[in-house]
Amino acid sequence: MAEITLSGLAHSYQASPAGAADYAIRQLDHVWEQGGAYALLGPSGCGKSTLLNIISGLLAPSEGEVRFDGVAVNDLPPEARNIAQVFQFPVVYDTMTVFDNLAFPLRNVKTPEAKVRERVAEVAEILELTDRLERKARNLSADDKQKVSMGRGLVRDNVSAILFDEPLTVIDPQLKWKLRRKLKEIHRRFAVTMIYVTHDQLEASTFADKIAVMYDGQIVQFGTPRELFERPNHTFVGYFIGSPGMNFIEVHARDGEVVSGAFPLVLDAATARGVAQVCQDSSNVKLGIRPEFVEVCTEAGADSMTAQVLQVQDLGTYAIVHLGLGEISLKARIDEGKPMPGHEAHVRFPAQHLGLYVDEFRREDRR
Amino acid sequence: MSLTLEDVSRRVGGQTHVDRVSLTLEPGSFNVLLGRTLAGKTSLMRLMAGLDQPSEGRILMQGEDVTGRQVRQRNVSMVYQQFINYPNHSVYANIASPLKIAGVGRQEVDRRVREVAEMLHIEHLLERTPLELSGGQQQRTAMARALVKDADLILFDEPLVNLDYKLREEFREELRTLFERRDCIAVYATTEPAEALALGGYTAVLHQGRLLQYGPTAEVYHRPATLTAAEMFSEPPINVLEGRVREGEVSFDSEVHFALDNDLAGLADGDYRFGVRPSHLAMTPRADDDLALDVAVELAEISGSETFLHVRNEHVALVAHLPGVHAFGVDEAIRLYFPVHRLYVFDGEGATVHVPRSAGAR
Amino acid sequence: MNKVRNNRAWWLVLPMLALVAFSAIVPLMTVVNYSVQDVFDANTRFFTGTEWFVKMLNDPALQAALARQFAFSLTILAIEVPLGVGIALLMPKRGIRASLVLILVTLPLLIPWNVVGSIWQIFTRGDIGLMGWSLRELGYPYNLTSSPVDAWVTIVIMDVWHWTPLVALLCYSGLQAIPEAYYQAARIDRASRWAVFRYIQLPKLTNVLVIGVLLRFMHSFMIYAEPFVLTGGGPGSSTTFLSQSLAIMATAQFDVGPSAAFSLIYFLIILLVCWVFYTAIMQMQKDRQSGGPHE
Repeated sequence: MAEITLSGLAHSYQASPAGAADYAIRQLDHVWEQGGAYALLGPSGCGKSTLLNIISGLLAPSEGEVRFDGVAVNDLPPEARNIAQVFQFPVVYDTMTVFDNLAFPLRNVKTPEAKVRERVAEVAEILELTDRLERKARNLSADDKQKVSMGRGLVRDNVSAILFDEPLTVIDPQLKWKLRRKLKEIHRRFAVTMIYVTHDQLEASTFADKIAVMYDGQIVQFGTPRELFERPNHTFVGYFIGSPGMNFIEVHARDGEVVSGAFPLVLDAATARGVAQVCQDSSNVKLGIRPEFVEVCTEAGADSMTAQVLQVQDLGTYAIVHLGLGEISLKARIDEGKPMPGHEAHVRFPAQHLGLYVDEFRREDRR
Repeated sequence: MSLTLEDVSRRVGGQTHVDRVSLTLEPGSFNVLLGRTLAGKTSLMRLMAGLDQPSEGRILMQGEDVTGRQVRQRNVSMVYQQFINYPNHSVYANIASPLKIAGVGRQEVDRRVREVAEMLHIEHLLERTPLELSGGQQQRTAMARALVKDADLILFDEPLVNLDYKLREEFREELRTLFERRDCIAVYATTEPAEALALGGYTAVLHQGRLLQYGPTAEVYHRPATLTAAEMFSEPPINVLEGRVREGEVSFDSEVHFALDNDLAGLADGDYRFGVRPSHLAMTPRADDDLALDVAVELAEISGSETFLHVRNEHVALVAHLPGVHAFGVDEAIRLYFPVHRLYVFDGEGATVHVPRSAGAR
Repeated sequence: MNKVRNNRAWWLVLPMLALVAFSAIVPLMTVVNYSVQDVFDANTRFFTGTEWFVKMLNDPALQAALARQFAFSLTILAIEVPLGVGIALLMPKRGIRASLVLILVTLPLLIPWNVVGSIWQIFTRGDIGLMGWSLRELGYPYNLTSSPVDAWVTIVIMDVWHWTPLVALLCYSGLQAIPEAYYQAARIDRASRWAVFRYIQLPKLTNVLVIGVLLRFMHSFMIYAEPFVLTGGGPGSSTTFLSQSLAIMATAQFDVGPSAAFSLIYFLIILLVCWVFYTAIMQMQKDRQSGGPHE
C-alpha cells in the first residue's frame, strides 16, 4: 500500500517541446491516497495512459516528481517500485500453465516454493481459476487470460499499487460485469491502491470510490461519481459524465434579462443575478443542466418556457426528448411511465440543478 | 430497392453460421442486427453484400435473384470495425476512390466528395492522410467513402466498437440524421441493446445464426416474441423467475405467490417463466399488490444518477436498475418489490404467452 | 445448390498449364519412364521395374553420399538456427542503425552461389587467401584439398556465412511482431533477460523458426554450386553430397536408368520432409485457433 504523490508533473514526447501543445501531460499535482480505488477517466489522447506509465515507471517524466509514501521514485525502474500493471489486452506467457504464469513473479525473486504454492492457490481462488490451474495459458478464453494477468499482479506480497490500463476492452460485454465485480472484491480483500484507466464513464463510476477526470493533459476534477454527476467543475466533466452529457446553453445578460442568442430564458432570481454579474467579467458564460433534471411538463406554468419537440427516442426504460428552445437544442430525459409531450413541451430549469460556468469552470458564489 | 432473404443458410465446415433466415428490408429503412458475438451478424451481412455465397436459400434485390452475383456487381458499401482506409492516400482520395473506379467525372467527384465530407464534419481534413487522424476521424473517412458511392445497401459491422464511449454516442446521433433522408437500406450490426434502442429504425435479433424477431425497434423491445429475444435485447439481462400456475394462483419458489388477476387470468395451469425488467424492481412498493423479495446484495454498480444492483437469494439471482445512487455494502440484506402487472410470461419452450399491457405504452 | 461459378476463368489457365507441362511435368514423367527401364541404346530397352531402385538403395557410394548429406544438413541447422536467433536479438529495432545493420546482415544473401564458392576458394588458398595464409602462419597446416576435416569445416563455415542471415532476417521480423506490452509486463514481473527470451520471445518465434528450418533444410539438402566450386567434391569423395553424386552419375557416366531412379528417390525424400513440416505448421495453426477466445 502506498500513497502516490504526483508533483509538478509534466511530460512531452518530444525532445524539445515548443509550447503547451507539445505536452501530453501539463502541470499536474495530485495525491492518490493509500488503499483507494481510483479511476482515471478521459477521452482518447488526453494523456491517461501516459500518466499511468509514468506512475508505474515504464516512462520517465520530462518534469516533476513521483513520490511513493513521500520518497521520490523517479529514478526507480518499475521492478523496484512494487507496482503491478494490467494492460489492455491480456499478457500471458503462452507456453506456461496458469499456475506457472501466476507463480512467475514470485519465482523471479526466488520465493520459496511452498510460499509460491500458497499464494497462487489463494489468488486463484479469488479469481475463480482454481479448476484451470493446470491448463496451458494459451488455451484460455480472453477474460480468463485477463484474470491471469490480474492474478500476476496480486500474487506479490507487497504491491504498492495495481494499475489497470483499460483492462476490459477485449472482454465480451456480457462478462464485463463479472470481472468488474471481481475487481471490487479484490479491492475489498487486499485493500491495495488501485488506479483504473478508462474512457467509459460507466466503468469508472462502478469501480472507483473517486474518479479523476482528465482532459487535455490535466486533471480537471477529482471526486466521487456522485459529485462528478451533480456538481461538475468543468464543462468537460459535465459533457463526459452521464449519458447523454450535460446540456450547455451559452448565455449573456441583456437589459436585465438572461438570453441565449435571441431567446430569453426564464430563470429563478438568484441564477439570473449570478449570470448578470459574471457577464461583466467574461463573454464565455454557460448554463449547464443535466437531461435528467430538465423538467418537462405538459402544461405551461409561470416559470416554464415553451419548446418544440424535435424528436423522441425510446430507449426502453427511459426516453430522450430532443427539444428546441429557439435556436438552442436541449435534451431531456423522461423515465418510463411519465407522460410524454406531443409537439410542444413546457420546460423548467430547477435552480438547484443549474450550474453556472464561466470560462468553462463552474462558479458557485451565486448562492 | 428492397432486399429479401429467403430461407438463407450458410454452413462452413460443419458449423452453421446462418440458419434459415428469412428477412425483407424496405428501402429507406435503418435496420439493426442485434446479437452476441458469434450470433451470425457478420456472416449475415457478408451474405447480403455478396462476399459469401449462401449454402441454401435465395437473396433478392427488388425482386431480382442476385444470389450468385458477386459483390462487385451489387451496389453495396461496407464499413468495418477497424477503420479501413488506404493509408497512403489523402482523405480526399480515399473518399473519391469508389467514384473514380466507377468512372465518374472529376467535377462530379469533387462535388460529391465535399458534400459527404461536410455531412460527416471532416471537410477540413481532406488533405490529410488517415495516419494523421484520430480514430473517430478515420472512421468518419471510412463512412464517407461508403456513403459517397450512394449504394442501395450500406452495411456497418460494429463500426463504433473501437471508439471512445462519448464518440460513440455522438456518432449514433449523426447516423440517425444521416439516414433519415436517404432511400438506401442501412444495416448496422451491434452487440449492445442500448445502441439498437438509440438508433431506432428496425431491429433483427439474432441468436446462434437464427433470426429470433424482426420489427420496429421499440416493438421488438417491448414485445419480445420469445424469452431468448427478451434476454438478447436487454442490458442488463431481463430477470427470469421460474414459477407455476396452479388453481388460479401463481407461485415462485413456494414462498412468493399471488392470485391470477384480469391480466393473467387466461393462463392455464403449468410451469412458466416470468420475466421482470430490471427497471421495474424497486426499493419501495409502488402499488398495493407489488410482491416482495428478500435478497442479499452482490454488487452495486453506480453510474451518475442510477444504480444497477446485483442481488441474489438462495433461489434466484436478479439485477435491479434503480434510480438514484444507492451505495450498498456487499452481502447487505434488502427487500425488493416488483409489480405483478408488468410481468412477461413465457411458456416452457420460451414463447411469449403474455406481454404486460403497459409495455410500450407512452 | 445455387452457386454460380464462373468457369470461363479456367480457360485462362491453359497457357500456363501448357508451359508447366512442357518444362516440368513431361520431363518428370520422362524420368519416371527411365527409372523403370534399362536403356542400352535408342532402340533397345527393357522394362526392369523396381530393379534400379533396389540397386540404388543398396549402392554403398550412394548410401555414403546420403549419410554425408544428412550430416551436413543437420550440422548447419544446428549452427545456423541458434546463431540466426542470436543475431536477430542483437539487431536494433528502430532508427537509422536498424537500416544499416539490416543492409550489412543481408549482403551475403545477395551473392550468386557459385561466386560464393569462388570467394571462399580464394579466401582459403594458402598463398593468396587471407584465411588460408593466416592459419598457416599460426601454425595450423591448413589444406583444403588434402584434408577432409579442413574441407568439411570450410564448407560448413561457408554455408553458415552465406545463409545465417536468412534465419536472422526471419527471426528479426518475428521479433518485431511482438507487442511492447509483453516486454513491459515482463519488466513489472521482474523477469530476467533469459526468462524474457525463454517465455516471451522464443514462443513467439516458433512459427517463424519452423519456416526457417524448413527452408534451410530443403536448401542444404540440395546444395550443389558452393561445395562444387569450393572443393569439387574432394578430397576424394569426402565432400561429395547427394546432388553432386547424382549429377556425376547422370551426366558423366550416362547411366540413365539408375540415375533416374535415384533422382526420384531424392525427390521423394524431400517431399517427405516437406510434408512433415507442413503438417507441423498446420497443426500449430490449428492449435492457435482452437485455443482462441471463444471456447
